Amino acid sequence: MTGRPAAVVGIGQTHHRAKRPDVSMAGLCREAIDRALADAGVEMGQIDAVVVGKAPDLFEGVMMPELYLAQALGAVGKPLLRVHTAGSVGGTTAIVAASLVRAGVHRRVLAVAFEKQSESNAMWALSVPVPFVMPVHAGAGGYFAPHVRSYIRRSGAPPETGAIVAAKDRTNALLNPYAHLRHDNVTVESVMASQMLWDPIRYDETCPSSDGACALVITDEDHVGVENPAWIHATAMRSEPTTAAGRDQVNPAAGQAAAAALWREAGISSPIDEIDCAEIYVPFSWFEPMWLENLGFAAPGTGWHLTVAGETSLTGRIPVNMSGGVLSSNPIGASGMLRFAEAALQVRGAAGQHQIAGARRALGHAYGGGSQFFAMWVVGSAPPAT
Amino acid sequence: MRRVAVVGFAQRQALDFPGSPTCVELLVPIFAECFAQTGWTKDDIGFWCSGSSDYLAGRSFSFVSAVDAIGALPPVVESHVEMDAAWAMYEAWVKIQTGEVDTALVYGFGKSSAATLRRILALQLDPYTMTPLWPDTVSLAALQARAGLEAGRWSQADLAAVVATNLTRAVTNPHAVRAASMTPEEVASLPAYADPLRALECAPVTDGAAALVLAAEDRALESCAQPAYITGFAHAIDAHHLGTRDLLRAPSVQIAAKAAGVTPETVEVAEVHAPFAHQELLVRSELGFTDSTTINPSGGALGGNPMFAGGLIRMGEAASRIWSGQADTVVGHATSGPLLQHNLVCLMTSEPTGGRS
Amino acid sequence: MRVDFDYTRSLGPVLSVFMTGLRDGRILAARTSAGLVVPPPEFDPVTLQPPTQFEPVADTGVVETWTWVPDPVADQPFERPFAFALIRLDGVESTLLHAVDVPAADDMRTGMRVRARWREHRVGAITDIACFVPEESPASTPDTSPSVPTAGAGEPVTGIVTPVRLRYTYAASPEESAFFRGLADGRILGQRCPACGKVYVPPRGACPVDGLPTTDEVELSDEGTVTTFCIVNVPFLGQRITPPYVSAYVLLDGADIAFLHLLLDVDPAEVRMGMRVRAVWRPREEWTTSLENISHFAPTGAPDADYDTYKGHL
Repeated sequence: MTGRPAAVVGIGQTHHRAKRPDVSMAGLCREAIDRALADAGVEMGQIDAVVVGKAPDLFEGVMMPELYLAQALGAVGKPLLRVHTAGSVGGTTAIVAASLVRAGVHRRVLAVAFEKQSESNAMWALSVPVPFVMPVHAGAGGYFAPHVRSYIRRSGAPPETGAIVAAKDRTNALLNPYAHLRHDNVTVESVMASQMLWDPIRYDETCPSSDGACALVITDEDHVGVENPAWIHATAMRSEPTTAAGRDQVNPAAGQAAAAALWREAGISSPIDEIDCAEIYVPFSWFEPMWLENLGFAAPGTGWHLTVAGETSLTGRIPVNMSGGVLSSNPIGASGMLRFAEAALQVRGAAGQHQIAGARRALGHAYGGGSQFFAMWVVGSAPPAT
Repeated sequence: MRRVAVVGFAQRQALDFPGSPTCVELLVPIFAECFAQTGWTKDDIGFWCSGSSDYLAGRSFSFVSAVDAIGALPPVVESHVEMDAAWAMYEAWVKIQTGEVDTALVYGFGKSSAATLRRILALQLDPYTMTPLWPDTVSLAALQARAGLEAGRWSQADLAAVVATNLTRAVTNPHAVRAASMTPEEVASLPAYADPLRALECAPVTDGAAALVLAAEDRALESCAQPAYITGFAHAIDAHHLGTRDLLRAPSVQIAAKAAGVTPETVEVAEVHAPFAHQELLVRSELGFTDSTTINPSGGALGGNPMFAGGLIRMGEAASRIWSGQADTVVGHATSGPLLQHNLVCLMTSEPTGGRS
Repeated sequence: MRVDFDYTRSLGPVLSVFMTGLRDGRILAARTSAGLVVPPPEFDPVTLQPPTQFEPVADTGVVETWTWVPDPVADQPFERPFAFALIRLDGVESTLLHAVDVPAADDMRTGMRVRARWREHRVGAITDIACFVPEESPASTPDTSPSVPTAGAGEPVTGIVTPVRLRYTYAASPEESAFFRGLADGRILGQRCPACGKVYVPPRGACPVDGLPTTDEVELSDEGTVTTFCIVNVPFLGQRITPPYVSAYVLLDGADIAFLHLLLDVDPAEVRMGMRVRAVWRPREEWTTSLENISHFAPTGAPDADYDTYKGHL
């Protein structure tokens, strides 16, 4: 890893809910920020710069809300950056904050990502009809369902694969006090019995729409200040076009390229053996096996073997989405950062009931757009090898 | 810190660009221009970073189709800020500082004419106590202008002189969308538009795009005979609420300039991002410039101000004075948000260790 | 092109106090490190903690600066010319942005005293103050006593609704324009990338692989193959077709990229990957420059395409 070593020393998140009528956008952000600062043992005044991430401004109906939020975020008089890379933005925001430290520009940076989706309607904001284009989309589910069908055709995965993922993630969420959906007794059978929304995607296989925020404090090695930092071993981001002749939307080139760069930088040759747990952006259940392949945990067409064999459960070979994942909490702009944060919680030994015992290296992953923007990091309990 | 230089820059501006809000049609030729300048291809670019706005385009993810203009298969390392592309340039500069990449192409674009710009920008305000009144950008600027007039910070004649100077210089800028050889007296004779502001004291609603190429020192000289070396780069934001701000100050300009290491008396040329005439005077005062610094040889934002590219254009215009040998030490300034809320300052010199002057 | 939504904003504790006050005809200032401030900041500028002390202040004050709005934009406080001003309410350290209703710019001056003109029907919003008027001007509404609360009296205001109505003029790129003009003639026109030779439909301002505009025009068949699809069962805001319906990627014969369209005239359960389909055009007199000239696609009845012919498009 080039640049100065950097570590996550403070992690905070909100209690994610369908609607948080008790707080404003500023209050939502501060709930996560104040927890992250307390976790890091620092005050706002000790922060050198703030990086804000959020998905489309149409969700809240405020253009560049970080401007009016500057005071609430403690950013007045400081540098403030606003990142927007679609659904991957929470991950990108963490990477940009880490870059400010790695570059030696700042010592201590606050990254915050949020979405207050209850201020509007995500399906509407994502499907504003554009003239000349056929209005056939039905939000993100309608966009991704055909590609899930392609995956099933290409891999021959059994139809209950998605339901296995959904039941696992929803059950994991019961161990996470911050999770939005906390449904008891979600089983493969109950998921299979739920309504088919965007065939082949069922209701229980989709992510909720949440209000929520996440914040991270990232420092250089001289300002860690906590006993159990999560050291950043590698970061990677890659992008590709939404559509192109012959573009693979099931196993996108950008995800493969980002993963290859990530493992190389982290010095990892066999991810499934060397990563202790992975928090992966899975907004629709079938994306677990798809991303296991895309990330190199399994060969193309075989990711579902791990899922079906239970190897992605908390006690499996490669636990995936210990927090309950995007399937259980989805404030879109913050969703990517929540993945990155969960990876950091794991290697800090601070993941509470969803802790994987002895986790030393963990993956945080986010993607966005039409499976075209990828952001990921590897964090570890030990400083990166130099 | 790594030494990083500006080695390429291209722009397009138009009053009423007839194409799509994604501006792909503008990005393709300006990328080609950057490649022609540097002798590079897209494969030489280590990092791509853009600045644009969904609300300017009227749709979510408006920046996504711009990726097509890159030709992004095989995939690229890429990021986007929902800010003026000057901040994308900052993110790219940071990326090069990490050592991950050696080069970057930064771009910004926006079709301001797609809707009523001054109304759309009311969505940048406090959504609870301000946006419901839909205060338009021009009105807000006029509140600031009057405060300065009545406090004696500037006079109507000063504002007219700023306009006359910028529009006269814009005559020699082929990209300017508003240009006229005018005297301050001619400007002063025009009627008020949003009292006390005259129309020419407000930047024209401009569509456009700009792209700029950054290279670490070891790659800079292969692509540019006289690179513009970035020797200081910083930004800061002020509080938002007009009711608790001193409208005649922009403290973040000073904070950024200090962090960037700007010594005002050494700066020969500055490109100041001032969408309203009085804001040029305000920023100039915060930067501490005297008459020895030439401000806005391009005609500045009053000659053309494509939203989300206008700040980056200031950086490119400033850098080009170093390429041409006209200056050894220049400053580029960019602003964002209502009434100069967020400001960025980039110090560039002809020598990697600082200007000769 | 319209982008319209009524945003429902939750206020949180501080703004809730302020908005509840407005609903009740009172202006509440927050006691902060910077003195009494209106509107109350959600977080104190120095301590960065939420203010907890609120005090009612006068609804009269002084214009600190102002501007004339000769040509109001939609949804501003008045459709006729008016003034925006920063008003320092009596006893308050900050200024408040609001409209001032006077007949002409000549009636405005810095330092003039103004007072709030309250709406009769108040909901807990900044617009409960209709505007400010010169303090000496006669009451122009029956209710100028800021004491009569209206909607939901007694209950705190916890949210506001902010309608955002935007109008955009949408233009197509030259490549898209050629495509849409073709549709107006009942033709589907693709274009080839000059570098990679792939045929794109619709044509593109930039080939996403090569970054060059597509050029050579290729007229495509209106028959093609379903690569993949989804059956939409879910209703959503803005939807124009009643579910269930099939949204399918159709790879037109001669094209190198599939595009999304509707697949109808078939039981969704019968739709298959590889199904051969043909465009069903609307009646010619309804044609415009839109993909909607094609009402939908429907099966041709021909045998399904071989998997190998479309597997590279999954």
